[in-house]
Amino acid sequence: MEEKRLAIIANKIRKDALTAVHSAKSGHPGGSLSIADLLALLYFEVMNVDPANPKMENRDRLVLSKGHTAPALYGALAERGFFPISDVPSFRHFGSYLQGHPDMKGVPGVDMSTGSLGQGISAAGGMALAGKLDNADYRVYAILGDGELEEGQVWEQAMFAAHYKLDNLTAFIDFNGLQIDGDITNVMNPTPIDKKFEAFGWNTVISDAHDFQSLRSAIDNAKNTKSKPTAVIMKSVKGKNVSFMENNAAWHGSAPNDEQYAQAIDELDKIIKELEG
Amino acid sequence: MAKRATRESYGEALMLCGENENVVVLDADLSKSTKTEVFKKKYPERFINMGIAEGNMMSVAAGLAACGKIPFASSFAMFAAGRAFEQIRNSIGYPHLNVKIGATHAGISVGEDGATHQCLEDIALMRSIPGMVIINPADDIEAMQAVHAACNYDGPVYMRFGRLAVPDINDENYKFELGKGVQLSDGGDATIVATGLMVNAALEAKDMLKKDGINARVINIHTIKPIDEDIIIKAAKETGAIVTAEEHYIMGGLGSAVCEVVCKSCPVPVKIIGTDRFGASGKPAELFEAYGLTAENIAKNVKEILNLKK
Repeated sequence: MEEKRLAIIANKIRKDALTAVHSAKSGHPGGSLSIADLLALLYFEVMNVDPANPKMENRDRLVLSKGHTAPALYGALAERGFFPISDVPSFRHFGSYLQGHPDMKGVPGVDMSTGSLGQGISAAGGMALAGKLDNADYRVYAILGDGELEEGQVWEQAMFAAHYKLDNLTAFIDFNGLQIDGDITNVMNPTPIDKKFEAFGWNTVISDAHDFQSLRSAIDNAKNTKSKPTAVIMKSVKGKNVSFMENNAAWHGSAPNDEQYAQAIDELDKIIKELEG
Repeated sequence: MAKRATRESYGEALMLCGENENVVVLDADLSKSTKTEVFKKKYPERFINMGIAEGNMMSVAAGLAACGKIPFASSFAMFAAGRAFEQIRNSIGYPHLNVKIGATHAGISVGEDGATHQCLEDIALMRSIPGMVIINPADDIEAMQAVHAACNYDGPVYMRFGRLAVPDINDENYKFELGKGVQLSDGGDATIVATGLMVNAALEAKDMLKKDGINARVINIHTIKPIDEDIIIKAAKETGAIVTAEEHYIMGGLGSAVCEVVCKSCPVPVKIIGTDRFGASGKPAELFEAYGLTAENIAKNVKEILNLKK
């Protein structure tokens, strides 16, 4: 897909994510904005999915291991047609299927319920193993936070996926450098991330989370790598494309007020208009 | 009487369930103890050693189930229900995935390994997860059928097995029914509700009481969740007093489940026999004696509860 078109979709996903969080008056905008480009690329170009048949057996799977950034996932799924965009504001509201963290039983297109950090990547490994057992050709994608790497379970899975040569598994690390309590290197330093995955037996690729060509080549690299899972360490900007949210840990888990929301939407609309122009 | 540990039954039944090509067995480096090695020998390509990483095992099982597999995740009860509780809750329970958890070495009958390996809280933990089915079979025959029933049931199941060889209390005509209690004797003075290896002790207690002219009803609750409310309410109404017996902590297990049933429909006095502290090293028989998990103690409690009957 044309990059301009992908960029427009990514920024629409950002708007959806902010609309969800603003409507709920709670949620996680920062890490939603940082993965919007990746989600646009995966759902609109890379992944074999069918919104009319969300449980299609041979579909590619995506597990949002950093489940708190559900607003971005919901935005991507809605933009792709899995459910109406008009449902997005019901996020986190009582009675809505758009739960605070992804619920595979309730949301069309969500492949795994996540939210408790470290577990999604393991489930993705289970899906990749199932694919191997069935000689199926689907691929499994997982998105992890950089702070999430502090969970020991991530490294249990890192050992597992390498041991069983799960080359159909690609894990994207959203390396924005910030977690709730601040800079990841101050809270509990998980770096060097690439060297750790390498040491665990993974193929590793460094990429730019906001450059489609860079992400594409990382994904192709993963597809062409045999016998090893791939970790794509994507350097990203938390709060990407909203001026006052960028690189600010305070926006990890708080909702914008009406004024801030209006400004954020205005900024994103301007970007979209420029791309469309 | 034939004797066999229910973990042995688990291994053999798994191997038989392996006919279903969707069955995948996971183990956390304990396949010789959990007996999943029996499955591994026949279906090595569908046996996955997870290494010593129970949390990852449960979430991997969830991923397998999400792709249509029937994973049996196996470890000691302590590390399955205990260490991996949150993975079971969030990765398996919340999305109600078709994962079977085979937990062996439950209770103090583990013996010499001592408290760290004697899981006495797994039933309580698993009961707290909505939609989780819990089976605690009493003997080999029941355990073998329970594994098949779990395999054919669509949803998460926790199966509790023991290390110690236990006598058969059922015969070859026995038919296991998920969620149905089994009345083993029809006394009317009081009811002993037991699960797992305490069912045999309950039957012995019944015989002891008979000599003193007391007719105790014995009910085997192999499915602790969902529990057979009808059989318990009927027993409460007809016998007026209940003694429960389990190889588990007195809080949150079978006794609690029975109380939850009777207190809402037919309140009667209930005495709960179970452990009240951490386990310890020793021979299983010594530990049963020390913790009161004996036929004698059940009989004593039945006599005591008769005085509480209205």
